Amino acid sequence: MNRLWWALGALVALLVLNVVVTPSFFSIRMQDGHLYGSVIDILKNGAPTLLIALGMTLVIATRGIDLSVGAVVAIAAAVTCEYIATSSDPGSASTALVGMAISLGLCLVLGLWNGFLVAVLRIQPIVATLVLMTAGRGIAMLVTDGQIITVNNETYRSVGAGFVLLPLAILISVAVLALVAVATRKTALGLLIEAVGVNPEASRLAGVQSRTIIWTVYVFAALCAGVAGLMISSNVSAADANNAGLWIEMDAILAVVIGGTSLAGGRYSLTGTLLGALVIQTLTTTVYTAGIAPEITLVFKAVVVVVVILFQSPKVQALFRRRPKRPVAEVLKPQEVAS
Amino acid sequence: MTEPVVDMRGISVEFPGVKALQGVDFRLFPGEVHALMGENGAGKSTLIKALTGVHKPTGLIRLRGEEVSFHGPGQAQDAGISTVYQEVNLCGNLTVAENILLGREPRRFGRIDGRATRRRAAELLERMGLAIDPGSVLADHPIAVQQLVAIARAVAVECQVLILDEPTSSLDAGEVAELFRIMRVLRDEGVAILFVSHFLEQVYEISDRMTVLRNGRLVGEYRTAELSRLDLVSAMLGRELSVLEELEQQTHPVDERAVLLRATGLGRKGAVEPFDLEVRAGEVVGLAGLLGSGRTELARLLFGADKADSGTLEFDGKPLHLRGPRQAISAGIGFCSEDRKAEGLVADLSVRDNLVLALQASRGWTRPLSKRTKDELVEKYVAMLDIRPATPDTPIRNLSGGNQQKVLLARWLVTKPKLLVLDEPTRGIDVGAKAQIQKLVAELAAEGVAVVFISAELEEVVRVSDRVVVLRDRRKVAELRGTDVDEVMAHIAGGRAAA
Repeated sequence: MNRLWWALGALVALLVLNVVVTPSFFSIRMQDGHLYGSVIDILKNGAPTLLIALGMTLVIATRGIDLSVGAVVAIAAAVTCEYIATSSDPGSASTALVGMAISLGLCLVLGLWNGFLVAVLRIQPIVATLVLMTAGRGIAMLVTDGQIITVNNETYRSVGAGFVLLPLAILISVAVLALVAVATRKTALGLLIEAVGVNPEASRLAGVQSRTIIWTVYVFAALCAGVAGLMISSNVSAADANNAGLWIEMDAILAVVIGGTSLAGGRYSLTGTLLGALVIQTLTTTVYTAGIAPEITLVFKAVVVVVVILFQSPKVQALFRRRPKRPVAEVLKPQEVAS
Repeated sequence: MTEPVVDMRGISVEFPGVKALQGVDFRLFPGEVHALMGENGAGKSTLIKALTGVHKPTGLIRLRGEEVSFHGPGQAQDAGISTVYQEVNLCGNLTVAENILLGREPRRFGRIDGRATRRRAAELLERMGLAIDPGSVLADHPIAVQQLVAIARAVAVECQVLILDEPTSSLDAGEVAELFRIMRVLRDEGVAILFVSHFLEQVYEISDRMTVLRNGRLVGEYRTAELSRLDLVSAMLGRELSVLEELEQQTHPVDERAVLLRATGLGRKGAVEPFDLEVRAGEVVGLAGLLGSGRTELARLLFGADKADSGTLEFDGKPLHLRGPRQAISAGIGFCSEDRKAEGLVADLSVRDNLVLALQASRGWTRPLSKRTKDELVEKYVAMLDIRPATPDTPIRNLSGGNQQKVLLARWLVTKPKLLVLDEPTRGIDVGAKAQIQKLVAELAAEGVAVVFISAELEEVVRVSDRVVVLRDRRKVAELRGTDVDEVMAHIAGGRAAA
């Protein structure tokens, strides 16, 4: 709970900073039945990160990590665009739907592969997913033949750029968030994931099917990455195997960590991850709106992240707890020191 | 007699909530091999750590007659106290010579003199009578040789006190003989050797004197030649007055009951030799033996916590093939590990989650227990086992050891098991909780649940059990009915004493 407050605090601080720099920051206007505004932009641009971070949260809760999500984004984008572009009817809705279905099916297989390496072969997660992280972009390049594939399909475009009052991307990511929350808290999945993450051996001896659980979370993470990939590529109606989802795994891991879920596994917080993803996206937006020089953009981001994580560390928190107990009145006055 | 090289007086070490050592005296003379004996939790390693400066004890430590107080193992080593631990902690990628003189290499013009290093190491190995090439890479040697190199390294610093903490646990008979030969060479040179081992045979072969600890207190200091094995075992295990004195030993008419579990030739290499065992419904079978006798290993095979590599299991009249705990659980077997923290508790989760974990796991994640069912179960068992505090949302790590153990027992009770395998369920918990758990075992048996019960305390095993199975050196050696502590002890000690 404590950690959630820090993430929330960081978010509020960033929002306040934005209001100071741009007083119209919170204003939202209606245009052609669509809502526009900075806040909406943040939510929309943060949607892919949030999606991937949700999958990452469950993976991290089982003591794992998934570095391959960025590569999966690229593959999902490449496969869908390639299918649409090479089909006989590249503009129709059904083509787009079939393309997306094939793409997500492939992501499921990729998730099964990651889960197989980790849960069955017991390869360390960071190594196991590094395989696909490296190979995945190669696969995406093969699919697109090294070209940036552009498509012109209204149905596909709506996934990332469409509106139903709000941008569709926001609605999709919120729907997935709700789905995960229900799936983990209304079934026993959340309890079993946490048990495996806190103490795998005790869980095994209590009869928890840790293999199935671990396998499931990697498949889910890959599916989330797949949907994020569709969003990212449909937003620009193109698949760029080199740059789609580049470094997004790092943003997702950061979002999870800022949200207070420990990389050591165990207890996780979906709310925390939501806050974490918002902090990261707001940060990116702030960098642009506050006119911070592009050369120091990454440094600025890094400073904010370091501060948030420092405040979450138990040692720093202990410092804060101890301080008020010190008798403030007993501090020596300057003249006493001098004499 | 000569002066003791180490003289510890009134040593006490206290951890939060635990008195690990209370007023222990310990003496070590030059030129002797001294065995430190005691069961788990007796305080052996705490005493060693107090001597080597890892723990800060109260009391007096004299080294060669001078009072000392070490702040860390480095200081102890500088003063001539070297320790070799069970796991070899050397650098496998370096040569034997480099390992022996690591951090103390002879230098020439500020650089390490490789030739002198090898020469010094060779001299040392020769003095110990070891034919090891000092230029060879350490990792290429078997563990036993690495262990000897670790000892050579310890001896290289002009050590007067050499502490060997379970050096033989991973060695075979020939390697042990080699180790003992070197120990004798060093002893004859005047080195005082402190030796810890769980193998009675070895202790009797090598040691001159021994000190026995139990529950953090000194039991006594003996000459090995004057202490019979039986006396040693009884000194180690003690004869505490059990809190269950008033609960009469019940002998159920169990023989007419159906055999619930039958193990035939069940075994696992390196853990426990093949054994036969029958457990009837409503029967409590105790497993007795020293630490490392195979009692835990046997229990784990019955639950599938480890996989057996020989033999068969029959449960409830049907063959049971265990590939892991899940098959055992669905057949109706529950298991509490001796290592509560590593293999029982899911520390960060609440009492409620810990309590329902096994039941929920057996239902699978798609069929969650409703909040109401959970609350009812938790309420029922918290009251029944008197778990405190009775707040199900508390993380289980915040409970005392006894209450944690009760939650773990409840975790299995909610699955309605036919057989419960309890490995040291009463270890390290307070007297009140202990009595409650013993009583619970008796009640479960009366309801028809079969229980396999392990405890390091013989009094407890004998009182709780209908039948006692004795293990020694990883082998089942006896099965006793209506027995007493003396008889069990005689079988544990083995040799002539058992005849």
